[in-house]
Amino acid sequence: MSHLKRNIVTEDGERFSAGDVPLFKVEGLSLSFRRFQKRMRENDVCVIRNMDLTINAGEIVAIVGASGSGKSLLANAVLGLLPKNAVLGGSIYFQGEVLTPERLHQLRGKEMILIPQSVQALDPLMPSARQVQAVIRSEDKQAVQRDIFAKVGLPQEAGDLYPFELSGGMSRRVLASIAMASQAKLVIADEPTPGLDEKALQEVLEHIKLLAKQGRGMMFITHDISAALQIADQIAVFYAGETIELANVQDFEGRGGKLRHPYTRALWRSLPQNDFVPLAGSQPVAGEYPSGCAFHPRCPLATELCQQQIPELRQVSGGWVRCFYA
Amino acid sequence: MRMQSISLWIVKHVFKLILLLLAVSLLSFALISYSPIDPVQAYVGADMTRVSPEQRANIAEYWGLNESKTEQFLAWGKSFLRGEWGTSLIYRTPVADVIAERFQSSLALMGVSWLLAGVIGFWLGIVAGMRQGTWLDKMIQAYCFMLASTPAFWLGLLLLTLFSVWLGWFPVGLSTPAGMNAENVTLVERLRHLFLPALTLSIVGVANVALHTRQKLVEILDSEFIRFAKAKGEHGLRLLWRHGLRNVSLPAVSLHFASFGEIFGGAVLAEQVFSYPGLGQAVVQAGLGGDVPLLLGIVLLSTLFVFIGNMLADLLYKVIDPRMRKGENG
Repeated sequence: MSHLKRNIVTEDGERFSAGDVPLFKVEGLSLSFRRFQKRMRENDVCVIRNMDLTINAGEIVAIVGASGSGKSLLANAVLGLLPKNAVLGGSIYFQGEVLTPERLHQLRGKEMILIPQSVQALDPLMPSARQVQAVIRSEDKQAVQRDIFAKVGLPQEAGDLYPFELSGGMSRRVLASIAMASQAKLVIADEPTPGLDEKALQEVLEHIKLLAKQGRGMMFITHDISAALQIADQIAVFYAGETIELANVQDFEGRGGKLRHPYTRALWRSLPQNDFVPLAGSQPVAGEYPSGCAFHPRCPLATELCQQQIPELRQVSGGWVRCFYA
Repeated sequence: MRMQSISLWIVKHVFKLILLLLAVSLLSFALISYSPIDPVQAYVGADMTRVSPEQRANIAEYWGLNESKTEQFLAWGKSFLRGEWGTSLIYRTPVADVIAERFQSSLALMGVSWLLAGVIGFWLGIVAGMRQGTWLDKMIQAYCFMLASTPAFWLGLLLLTLFSVWLGWFPVGLSTPAGMNAENVTLVERLRHLFLPALTLSIVGVANVALHTRQKLVEILDSEFIRFAKAKGEHGLRLLWRHGLRNVSLPAVSLHFASFGEIFGGAVLAEQVFSYPGLGQAVVQAGLGGDVPLLLGIVLLSTLFVFIGNMLADLLYKVIDPRMRKGENG
């Protein structure tokens, strides 16, 4: 696995170089929801403010953040599955071209696919094989589907079963099969590991690795930083609707000295295998983000500047960080 | 195993049906026997003054009215099981013949309006659900709420006033033109007579199916698996066809087949308004005239009718939803 990573990402920093066109790029993405209140006054609730992200082919980028950080809405935003009152700002590029709603409409399911969070995403009244075959474009859909079932360890009989007859583990394999059956170059895994036991978790991580090995760009949205560290090439840390750090996996080591943002360091140190010290306070909820840096009320390094100004994302030692004092 | 479960299912349902018919006939019999209508008086009618008390006693004796209620019921039950449903007091013909004739016209009326209500209601619900929140959706909903609170007989009167009295497009009542031999009546004439009562019944039936279908579609469009299907690139009619219809049709199917009872009740009123000679009209006359054999016959037949409707709903549910089908055996 690791030799493959090296094929695609040779050296730190190179993946940010302007020369080659990344598979997928998000620049200054913002997302808010328009609410109509009394007397028809509009009120926008901001959920995502400053989201920047780049994913290359064959690369796994984990988007890590606590629940409520807006990361799960990101998948919907990228796939264009937001409700009508959503207001999207910033730009999304796919293979170097702006992803307009029309283009997205064509690419969805063909060039981009989702691995959903819940096994509820399978149609309860359709046998699993048919749900997998729906994304296959080639002539012999059945052969392709059978091949993939064998690859993920699903018995062929499972194809005739309805979702309610499948175990949780088998349903997850069906979900992974759908991503594998598609020709999608970008796979968005939206919290695919909620509450799974260790064995099931490892299996899902294997599926994601396998998909990356096939040369697909993987957006792995999760709140489980240890899971992310196991397979990702790059970690994007999400806090209060902002990307606050883009770090390489290698930066997560020791006591977190190589990490750039105080929140990332606190997150790393809060893990049981590390110092196991929790960070005091909680993440601000959408619509009540503080002025200046979103993290300043909880930050040990915060100064007056942090209260007034939102720091820009800047490059620091091979990664990117949104902090004045990194 | 499969055969076994099917035969078990049949035995269970037949047993249920027998119990139901027994209970319904007992209850109806008890209700009628305590009703204030004197069957002899109802039978003799206006000739009451010309019938002596002895003659009346003879009629009562002949009909077995002096025996205990239990004996009367048992006597009726025994002959009913032998296939002798008795003679209708009002029509002076065997009950079975009256029912057969009346049921035919009622079946045409109920069948047509049931089909129309189902098809129109389902599609209205789909359209409203797909266009949720738009003016079209609001119009359909308003229309359905209005219909749901409209009594069938009142709507029947309105249609009758509009189309028959003012516009004169349709006959005012009956199922065939008055004073014409049955064999000379054309199909077109029959349909013309059927139109207004069927329209009344189906318009009222639409609301229920449409509102439930809309609700289910809105729920499903918001579900995880539709979001995922969209992420897989499916959209529009294809999305609805592949993932929506099967799921959405469940409430419509169960509701509509279970609504046989309502359709029957509606038919009683509509037939009354349009003087349409169906089962509904016969049951009203039988009740008012103290015609016990006819009343019991119709009550049992309608019980069977509603029972079959519910059973079909049950069966179709299993056909459409594998969770119902396989969940039972597993």
